[in-house]
Amino acid sequence: MNRLPFLLKDAGLAALIAFGLALPLAGFRLPDGASGTDLGFRLDWVAAATAIVFAGRLVMGLSRPFFMAASEGMAPKFAAVTRRLGWSGYLLAGVALVLPMLPFADRNLIDKATLILIYVMLGWGLNIVVGLAGLLDLGYVAFYAVGAYSYALLSLNFGLSFWICLPLAGLFAALFGILLGFPVLRLRGDYLAIVTLGFGEIIRVILLNWQNFTGGPNGISSIQRPSFFGLPFTAEPAEGITAFHDFFSLDYSSFHRVVFLYYLILLLALATNLFTIRIRKLPLGRAWEALREDEIACKALGINPTMVKLSAFALGAMFAGFAGSFFATRQGFISPDSFTFIESALILAIAVLGGKGSQMGVAFAAILLIGIPEWFRELAQYRMLAFGCAMVMIMVWRPEGLMSKRDPTVRLKGNKP
Amino acid sequence: MAYFLQQLINGVTLGAIYGLIAIGYTMVYGIIGMINFAHGEIYMIGAFISLIAFLVLGAMGVTYVPLALLLVLILAMGFTALWGWAVERLAYRPLRGSFRLAPLITAIGMSILLGNLVQILQGARVKTLPPTVPGGLILMEAEGFAVRLSFLQIFIVALTIALMIGFTWLIKNTSLGRAQRACEQDMTMAALIGVNVDRTISATFVIGAALAAVAGLMVTLYYGVIDFYIGFLAGIKAFTAAVLGGIGSLPGAMLGGLLIGLIEAFWSGYFTTEYKDVAAFSILVLVLIFRPTGLLGRPEVEKV
Amino acid sequence: MSAPLLAVDHLTMRFGGLIAIGDLSFEAQPREITAIIGPNGAGKTTVFNCLTGFYRPSSGMLSLTHKNGQRFLLERLDGHLITRTARVARTFQNIRLFSNMTVLENLMVAQHAALMKASLFTLGGLFGLPGYRKAERNALELARHWLDKVGLTAKADEAANALPYGDQRRLEIVRAMCTGPELLCLDEPAAGLNPKESADLNQLLLSIKREEEIGILLIEHDMSVVMGISDHVVVLDYGRKIAEGPPSHVRADKAVIRAYLGEAEDAEEDAC
Repeated sequence: MNRLPFLLKDAGLAALIAFGLALPLAGFRLPDGASGTDLGFRLDWVAAATAIVFAGRLVMGLSRPFFMAASEGMAPKFAAVTRRLGWSGYLLAGVALVLPMLPFADRNLIDKATLILIYVMLGWGLNIVVGLAGLLDLGYVAFYAVGAYSYALLSLNFGLSFWICLPLAGLFAALFGILLGFPVLRLRGDYLAIVTLGFGEIIRVILLNWQNFTGGPNGISSIQRPSFFGLPFTAEPAEGITAFHDFFSLDYSSFHRVVFLYYLILLLALATNLFTIRIRKLPLGRAWEALREDEIACKALGINPTMVKLSAFALGAMFAGFAGSFFATRQGFISPDSFTFIESALILAIAVLGGKGSQMGVAFAAILLIGIPEWFRELAQYRMLAFGCAMVMIMVWRPEGLMSKRDPTVRLKGNKP
Repeated sequence: MAYFLQQLINGVTLGAIYGLIAIGYTMVYGIIGMINFAHGEIYMIGAFISLIAFLVLGAMGVTYVPLALLLVLILAMGFTALWGWAVERLAYRPLRGSFRLAPLITAIGMSILLGNLVQILQGARVKTLPPTVPGGLILMEAEGFAVRLSFLQIFIVALTIALMIGFTWLIKNTSLGRAQRACEQDMTMAALIGVNVDRTISATFVIGAALAAVAGLMVTLYYGVIDFYIGFLAGIKAFTAAVLGGIGSLPGAMLGGLLIGLIEAFWSGYFTTEYKDVAAFSILVLVLIFRPTGLLGRPEVEKV
Repeated sequence: MSAPLLAVDHLTMRFGGLIAIGDLSFEAQPREITAIIGPNGAGKTTVFNCLTGFYRPSSGMLSLTHKNGQRFLLERLDGHLITRTARVARTFQNIRLFSNMTVLENLMVAQHAALMKASLFTLGGLFGLPGYRKAERNALELARHWLDKVGLTAKADEAANALPYGDQRRLEIVRAMCTGPELLCLDEPAAGLNPKESADLNQLLLSIKREEEIGILLIEHDMSVVMGISDHVVVLDYGRKIAEGPPSHVRADKAVIRAYLGEAEDAEEDAC
């Protein structure tokens, strides 16, 4: 059967639409002129966009039969692969553990790995709220900010050390979670999403405008860096204080701190993971999942939905608080710019793209969404574009997330697993 | 008193703009139950297309203002509607019937994508349009303060009212409107009795985008300054307006928009401008807690 | 005679101008199966929703008395407390299982309150304290007991939505039993079951009544179930009680035949 005329017509239509989309936005430039914005032309871009869409659509149409056959064969294979990925978690953790000792590990790599791990941890924390309890939180970054500012302010104003501030920051974030959650958790899913988004923005605006307390848009700088159980990572420590490299009789290297920070976040992230794995098997974790499945049935079984939701919200917030205080100590500087809605969207994307409730999936999604763009920093301006594009495409391709297999939390003894 | 009146005028103008965007949210939510997060970006695209259309018409020598306004209105509505249609077709339609979070995630992705696309195509710097509709009336003068009602403000409010009337008529009396209301009630049933659900949903996005384009045009005229980032905040505020009025309710969206506009105008008029965004959000939170169905929304009975 | 398990006293439920239940009074005894029947829209499920806290009655009193004499006024309790403290469990007309969770997990969630306490609200459980481990073992034993009872033991680790319809119905009943109720409210448990499954259900309910010594409140359209196992029948029509008594008595009642069975005389014969 000759499908070419049909395909040509289809591609032509797509090209026409592309032309209509590109014409107003790509066809003209708006350079700064002497008296306001000038107008320039760039019609070649429109032609290019149209041609690309025409060709792309045609090729897609022609290769469709082949493509369909291939994808049909792929789907079960992909499922089989994800099913057998159980061991890969240990592998990944193992690689993460020895990463700084590998020969090719330089400062740059460890820095990037640290950044990825922050998002892995945030993804896992949000996963408690979104993946397990099924509550859509679009303002997760607010708790991250609370953690970061708690640490910065506590250490700056009271001179408390990182190890004392860390639990406090988590506690504050959890308290904020309860404070916010109490009134809003009765709301239906989408409303909850929008209220949390609003809350995230409120926190940011407050941080921006409460100059005396938060430093406003300038943020807080010279935040205390972490020490190795009291041993600072400085080249020339203050009088009477032993530095890390002196204590271990090493030559001073700024790499030490980078590696220390890396292990710190690895520890925090793994703790988050262990906590989640463990709590899923406890009544509270099971109640979260049950709540996600059917709130009315939960009520009929004597479960108090508000308390269960609140606990998920508070615990998720707590981990964001931990991550926030790590972020503050790593950067040494924080400002409201680090806590925009885009961050919330990013974390949510990691949690959801990973697959509902799948710990491994979250880790992979973080590597994919944070790691890959990090290596293409030179193309920074296209980074967010690619990120948005990836979010849409992955979701359209696998709406249930990259890995969505659910492990039962308990099995009946004597039954074959 | 004079100051109060001035804030009222400013608030109503702002409210008209929010209301037009809010209709897009409320319609889409009503029909497929999703928060079209990219709608704010559609409005931003509408503003850019309006600006470009003005400049192109200026270059072509169309200087008669009413004619230019009409042409820009048509161009902006048309091209923006195409964007609205394309977004739905590419990002939302493939996910129909998927789990609840999926379309919201793509919508967020789409929002990021569109915002950055415009940034790359047109640059991050603000774009300006010289005042196109100058002049106005001075309503009263008191305590050395003149209450101004510009022609532009009259134009914005009048156009909004006209669009609202036309739009209400469309929903009430056309087959498209009937199809939309049917899909809102029960999409499966609507499909069973022969309503083309896909086309109805597309039409909803097209109408929403066209109205957002009008809002974009108004903002371009009103402030004379736009950039690629205006969509985010305006989008959230318009969504707030839709929820405030009762999501799914068209008069509610308009009322909510009006209230948000007034709250913002009075807040920045009497308190500080810094926290005006917080004001809108705080009110949203309060409304949702005490009246989750919004002002004009119908209560939902929990079905056991 | 001691106080009844459940005493519904002048219960009225209005939705706006609509009276869904009007001045309804009846009693349910422990170790008895009480059936509520009536045509569609008679307000049966509304009675359940009032009993289990999903609706707040417009007026009336719902008092529940445990075997040990403890008394609860259901209309004053929050929804989840009705199950937790007053020990009233229910099932739903359109089955509400946690569909992506396994059969066993469904039964474990039903024992949430007890396990939660044993896990010291998660803290003890997190560190694997022996008290929690013992409680978990007991919970698993209880779950196994009920699974054995309905023959679902082999399917314990399958997702609930993978079960056939009849199994889902049974699972929902034993899930309610895992909350340890004094009163079990079943909303059309036989709907959609074939005659064999329906007969099995009768046996299950009778054995629950006998062995657990609890009261069962039953909404049912399937007359073979109602007439076969219930000790007491309450007939509703348009939200009002039109008859009450043992099955044989209700079956002969003129008003009942008119309102409910009247339109098809042979429906009654099927039932016998």
